[in-house]
Amino acid sequence: MSILKVENLNVYYGVIHAIKGISFNVEKGDIVALIGANGAGKTTILQTITGLIPMRSGKIFFEDENINKILGYKLVKKGIAHVPEGRRVFANLSVIKNLQMGAYTRNSKTEVEETLKHVFSKFPRLEERKEQLAGTLSGGEQQMLAIGRALMSHPKLILMDEPSMGLSPIYVNKIFEIIEEINKEGISILLVEQNAKKALNIANVAYVLETGKIVKTGDPKVLMNDPIIKSSYLGE
Amino acid sequence: MSFIVNLVNGISLGSVYAIIALGYTMVYGIAKMLNFAHGDVIMIGGYITFVFMTDMGISPILATFLAAICCTVIGVLVENIAYRPLRGANSLSVLITAIGVSYFLQNIALLIFGPNTKSFRSVVPFSAVKFFDGKLIVSGESIVTIVVCIIIMILLTLFINKTKLGVAMLAVSEDRGASILMGINVNKTIALTFAIGSFLAGIAGVLLCSAYPTLTPTTGAMPGIKAFVAAVIGGIGSISGAFFGGILLGVLEILSRAYISSQLSDAIVFSLLIIMLSVKPQGLLGKMNIEKV
Repeated sequence: MSILKVENLNVYYGVIHAIKGISFNVEKGDIVALIGANGAGKTTILQTITGLIPMRSGKIFFEDENINKILGYKLVKKGIAHVPEGRRVFANLSVIKNLQMGAYTRNSKTEVEETLKHVFSKFPRLEERKEQLAGTLSGGEQQMLAIGRALMSHPKLILMDEPSMGLSPIYVNKIFEIIEEINKEGISILLVEQNAKKALNIANVAYVLETGKIVKTGDPKVLMNDPIIKSSYLGE
Repeated sequence: MSFIVNLVNGISLGSVYAIIALGYTMVYGIAKMLNFAHGDVIMIGGYITFVFMTDMGISPILATFLAAICCTVIGVLVENIAYRPLRGANSLSVLITAIGVSYFLQNIALLIFGPNTKSFRSVVPFSAVKFFDGKLIVSGESIVTIVVCIIIMILLTLFINKTKLGVAMLAVSEDRGASILMGINVNKTIALTFAIGSFLAGIAGVLLCSAYPTLTPTTGAMPGIKAFVAAVIGGIGSISGAFFGGILLGVLEILSRAYISSQLSDAIVFSLLIIMLSVKPQGLLGKMNIEKV
């Protein structure tokens, strides 16, 4: 069963046709990777799904429900969390308040407390620094906060936009481990990455994006050995 | 002792500026716009209280409260009708619209209440209080204004830092897009900000008219601009900045009126703005936007 289905999506920036009739699927429980170079339209796709950018045409289904007309903020309650590019934690709010904002749509205090404990067990560093302003955290810690904040909404699907961007190699490995871990807990993941090698390593399905079009799709293990993918995205 | 009397009067006037400046600064912080009609909501608050008290005989405190509620409704309506359609438009369009709303409110008041000055009866039930064997006399209005301002500051600070809605306001002011991703209804949060700002403007209007009991359709214009200056001096977007900016401006205005020249006092107040903008453009407590990459 697919948790997210995108059909024939078209997005324009003014006259520029940024996303050219893209269709793809995220099966429940999968990690789906969208890989591609800068400007291929990866971020645009995610932002269109969560309603930050309007689409020209196409259909988006979440759990078989058409969510085209549903306002962005209401999608969180339905079960979609979005870890945006550049993390975008609330720098002037404390770590704990950032996490509380992640749980903004949830009303049961005890359930939120429980999720908070779970997030802290996953990211002990965040608990140590819970009163610190998010802006004072290192890049890697901020990424953990951004992921923790997404988990606080108790999502069924997380859209992750370049979670490894700008991080040290140690943190990059850690972030990918965490993504796999979250996935094992039953959360489906749509992962956008420039680090194609890492993304293909953990994904169940991958789509290769080039200037607004999907040019290749399939099993990541097969794609990894594709000579064109190798030379264009894996630097081999 | 006359210096202390002036100082107290300055703090009192500054408290009014501070209450108005809170509305400016919160709306700027969250909606990223300058609501130049904010000052005119003060005037509306004054007129509504005047009607309730003089024409309908309602008690001053209830009249003030009702007027503040009316101002809240007006503030939210203005936001809905005039500003919401311009969400995402360039800031100049929004600014010009705000000036338009300001003239609209002034002329509505002119139409309903006429151009003649109304003399406003103070809502403060007690007269001046004497300290130090009568050496220091402080008007009841001054005391009430200062106390009300302090109560508002405390309540507002608690609301913003301790409640979910308050923290959501901070989140929206910092990053609107990321707030949407948290499931925050940005439009509702902006409307709430206008509601709070306008409620406070209503109260400020009553306090102002009680201390300076003349009421015309342009009563709110000058205090509105000065409160805006106070918000900028304190650091626009900062709540404590609005408070300190307001007090500083009020004290400066009264002291320069008393010791320098009453004609020059406004010029001195606005010079402070120019100096501030050239020396520390982010204001006393404002934050420079430094992004970590």
